[in-house]
Amino acid sequence: MPNVKVHVQFPENKIKEPIIYQIGHEFKVVTNVRRADVRETTGWMDLELTGDSTEIDRAIAGLRKKGVIVDPIELNVVE
Amino acid sequence: MATMKALVCRECGKEYPTKAIHVCEMCFGPLEVKYSYEEIKKSISRKKIQDGPHSIWRYADLLPVEGPNFLGPHAGMTPLVRAKNLGAYLGLDELYIKNDTVNHPTLSFKDRVVAVAITRARELGFETIACASTGNLANSVAAHAAAAGMRCYVFIPGDLEAAKVLGNLIYKPNVVEIEGNYDDVNRLCSEIAGEHGWAFVNINIRPYYAEGSKTLAFETVEQLGWRTPDQVVIPMASGSLLTKIWKGLHEMKYVGLIDEVKTRINGAQAEGCSPISTAFKAGRDFFKPVKPKTIAKSLAIGNPADGYYALKATAESKGSMDMVTDDEVVEGIKLLAQTEGIFAETAGGVTIGVLQKMVKNGTIKKGDLTVAYITGNGLKTQEAVIDAVGRPVRIQPSLVAFEKTFKMGKNGGGDS
Repeated sequence: MPNVKVHVQFPENKIKEPIIYQIGHEFKVVTNVRRADVRETTGWMDLELTGDSTEIDRAIAGLRKKGVIVDPIELNVVE
Repeated sequence: MATMKALVCRECGKEYPTKAIHVCEMCFGPLEVKYSYEEIKKSISRKKIQDGPHSIWRYADLLPVEGPNFLGPHAGMTPLVRAKNLGAYLGLDELYIKNDTVNHPTLSFKDRVVAVAITRARELGFETIACASTGNLANSVAAHAAAAGMRCYVFIPGDLEAAKVLGNLIYKPNVVEIEGNYDDVNRLCSEIAGEHGWAFVNINIRPYYAEGSKTLAFETVEQLGWRTPDQVVIPMASGSLLTKIWKGLHEMKYVGLIDEVKTRINGAQAEGCSPISTAFKAGRDFFKPVKPKTIAKSLAIGNPADGYYALKATAESKGSMDMVTDDEVVEGIKLLAQTEGIFAETAGGVTIGVLQKMVKNGTIKKGDLTVAYITGNGLKTQEAVIDAVGRPVRIQPSLVAFEKTFKMGKNGGGDS
């Protein structure tokens, strides 16, 4: 089953929200957090999303709609 | 040769074979090359390096390749210019410019990293090389691929300026314009790198590619007579260059080429894209992604892959970071050109602008042996200075008009 590795960054005002839980319920994807750093002023996660490609795309769009910055695991690769 | 020991995760330390992989499967941390320094120490020497080729390959013992068939044979060994005029202007006794505006073959420091990446890609059996780039990297990959006879794909955003596209097309790679914004290009390239068996230099070959930047540290030390600088100023995009110069300096110590590293590492960004410098100045060990808006396009990476590691290296070295406005970037380009005769691209203006700031605020002191890294040629970003350099003096085709304009007497002299 397809899986995508992403780096997600939460804006300061969203840090307390259970966004990853919500994404797992709203879309048919399995969320697997591999590394994270969440503090009062910042929060990021390296995350694996597993599911059908279209569901993964929808989940990423859903994250963005909630104000989360979603990048590939490599962050910015265009140099 | 093969002095590489493994790829190792920068976060959890898990080791992997030296293949085309770049992310730790355990924690998703980035991988980097680990060497057998004790083994290298047995064979490396200053004399061996000095007797080697006049290129980055004189340091092959400390690069992630097996050899001996090196591609990109002319990259590196660019001049370390004693910048007396600029030093006098800024108030520095010992200032040097590491001048990668004349790096071969495509006039930017990217020729160093691409030479290493394409050599390793060939060693790993790849026939196709690719990159995602808006400028210098694409030029370098396309040129190296042409010389190596490899298939090449260059991915660019659909709205890139014509001159930059031409710089790639001349080498006849497959230039793919993607309809979409920067984020779309970014994501697609990451997906393509995962799906196709290609050497994507700044994705799956990145652990090897990034190591090429160390040669800027090696050359600086050798050209200074095996001394380390007191201060260096380095432009930051992804932050990789800064971290690798720091790593390179330490490797020279590990293998016995120098006794100590006392260099302060200073990072430079443009205000319109300064996530790393902003974090440093705020005393944070993390950065916040930004949407770039600066003329220093070669540094315009809003969510830099090595930002965290650049902050760490700078702190370890007791160095500093700063940023400059676009106007200061242009002034920096002009200052370097008019004092040292070196025409740098916008990233060079960032470096000189930040150098000037750091001298003014006392971060860099008069007696500090200082090296500023100039990483690309000004001919590539002429649009940045076109309105800031004035116009030619226009005269009628007569001797009288010439002498009148320049206030010259019969015996010459005078000036306009």
